[in-house]
Amino acid sequence: MTTDLDRLLLIRHFERALLDLFAKGELNGTTHTCLGQEIVPVAVAPLLGPRDHVFSNHRGHGHYLARFDDPAGLLAEIMGREGAVCDGVGGSQHILREGYLSTGVQGESLPVAAGAALHLRGSGALACAYIGDGTWGEGAVYEALNLAALWSLPLLVVVEHNGIAQTTPTAMAMSGNIGMRCAAFGVRHVALPAGDIASIRAVLTPLVASVRDGSPLVVEFSVNRLGPHSKGDDTRSGVSDLWDWYREMSDLPGFAEADTRALDLVESVVRDVKARPLSTWGQGSSDPRLLHGAKP
Amino acid sequence: MRVVENLNQALHEVLAGDPRAFLLGEDLLDPYGGAFKATRGLSTRFPAQVLTTPISESAITGVGAGLALCGDTAIVEIMFSDFVTLAFDQIVNFAAKSVSMYGSRVPMRLIVRLPTGGGRGYGPTHSQSLQKHFIGVPGLDVYEMSPLHDNRAVFAEMIAAERPCVFFEDKILYTKRMHEVDDLFTWDLTGGLARVHVDTPPDCVIIAPGGVAHRALAAMRRLLLEQEIVCTLLVPSRLHPLDAAPLVAVAREAKAVVVAEESTAGGTWGAEVAHALHRELWGVLRNPVALAHSADSIIPTASHLERAVLLTETTVYDTVLESLK
Ligand SMILES: Cc1ncc(C[n+]2csc(CCOP(=O)(O)OP(=O)(O)O)c2C)c(N)n1
Repeated sequence: MTTDLDRLLLIRHFERALLDLFAKGELNGTTHTCLGQEIVPVAVAPLLGPRDHVFSNHRGHGHYLARFDDPAGLLAEIMGREGAVCDGVGGSQHILREGYLSTGVQGESLPVAAGAALHLRGSGALACAYIGDGTWGEGAVYEALNLAALWSLPLLVVVEHNGIAQTTPTAMAMSGNIGMRCAAFGVRHVALPAGDIASIRAVLTPLVASVRDGSPLVVEFSVNRLGPHSKGDDTRSGVSDLWDWYREMSDLPGFAEADTRALDLVESVVRDVKARPLSTWGQGSSDPRLLHGAKP
Repeated sequence: MRVVENLNQALHEVLAGDPRAFLLGEDLLDPYGGAFKATRGLSTRFPAQVLTTPISESAITGVGAGLALCGDTAIVEIMFSDFVTLAFDQIVNFAAKSVSMYGSRVPMRLIVRLPTGGGRGYGPTHSQSLQKHFIGVPGLDVYEMSPLHDNRAVFAEMIAAERPCVFFEDKILYTKRMHEVDDLFTWDLTGGLARVHVDTPPDCVIIAPGGVAHRALAAMRRLLLEQEIVCTLLVPSRLHPLDAAPLVAVAREAKAVVVAEESTAGGTWGAEVAHALHRELWGVLRNPVALAHSADSIIPTASHLERAVLLTETTVYDTVLESLK
């Protein structure tokens, strides 16, 4: 059985492998890793069902790997190899799969998630959108929140507040705070540390159930971004002193074994995918209709 | 000097020359100095004139327009030109309209800088060339950065015009050298038009914006060496409104004319240029003006797929050959 720890470690080693591939010049383009933020999607994923729609963003590898047990499909997508989720067309930040969509334009997904929530309203399913704190600069976020509250949409917004957007500290970009902004729209807001997974789920389980009944919710996690914004553009100092679940959990019984298992798995996925031929456009499993596959 | 350094100098000159000139954009502050480093050093030297902003493309473009409305000079950087769609309303329905819709001319010094184009594997939402969507907006000038045009002069011209401008910067150019032209050719600059040529009259005239200049030059080299076809390249700095007269003068003497750009197919700048040339040279041109551009497609992420979509040196080469048949 895959445990939460296995998932956390899979994501951690997957992201490290990506930065490593970049450093070796084996990856093209750009990528945003979720190093340090793994707990958020791992905690949230089991609260979501197969009929729920997830909207992810530029920093989405953890969101994907917490929902689908498919590191090879994701890596193939990022490397443009056979077996890629979207034939390598979308790449790291544009992925479509049943009940899952990511896109690279900040704020764009929230009104779309509201639309999906409108489609799902009354069915018991919900739309869940992951966004960062910096994305609260976009007007579309507020237009969507207003509609979500006004129309009682089953919309769950998961905010990964890592205190920085690219190189801009949140304090330089956000006046007031997310809680107050939600209050202004009459949207429920809960702030949680991205620490203990069991406590996160204990708080969120009843709240997410009420989202399904049409009461939108913003969950704001405080997390640390432990990696660079994208490839190697970190302007911060002191990052290695930030709290890291990986360090914190490393004394737990079974951690070392799980860590080795995850590392081995990622290494074998990297070997496997690297050896594959280049992807062919038009062969992928991605079908736009799949988003409706989860029809209520 | 690299193109990005020349651009950086131009921005320095604008801010140094006018304490009421402002630069706004995301992640502009040193030491990062902007996603493509064009703004490096500016926040340190002009802390009161450089504003790093939230991720709010619409609002910061509107703020730039507000400054311009009050007589200041505003330069807004949109991190990737793809996101200029978020500022479309402020540019098209506010800034461009305001210079003219109140019955008398309202001067506005607003420049929206737009890092543009593909070839870097950034994927469908970070690789587009959206110039065509701004062609033909009354009151709006469309410029494109070029390795043959000193950005200091181009910025001075845009500011002096006192009309809102969008300035497209092909990301591939940033690390290329200024004024570096294949030694088979010589080049000159007249008004805003750069011309790259050999001494013989051309078989074909290639018209291309700055971002495509290197690809056009590479095609010209091969055409000359492999096919003995002589081309002249014309690179205008301002794409719209287009000053067609100097293009017409050169095109008149050639057997074929190709307009090359990275935009995907459909409603292109090239179609607009072709129309202007057809109107002037109908009955003189031996062949219709040919268009070279990227495929009618989104721009994929994986490099082998991206290459198949984007305009390349080979696209230009093949189009020239075809148009001379
Ligand atoms: C509309 C838009 N503007 C700018 C960008 C460039 N960009 C990509 S990620 C990012 C920072 C996002 O910050 P945040 O929402 O806090 O998420 P984080 O990266 O911290 O996870 C920026 C500015 C973008 N992708 N879309």
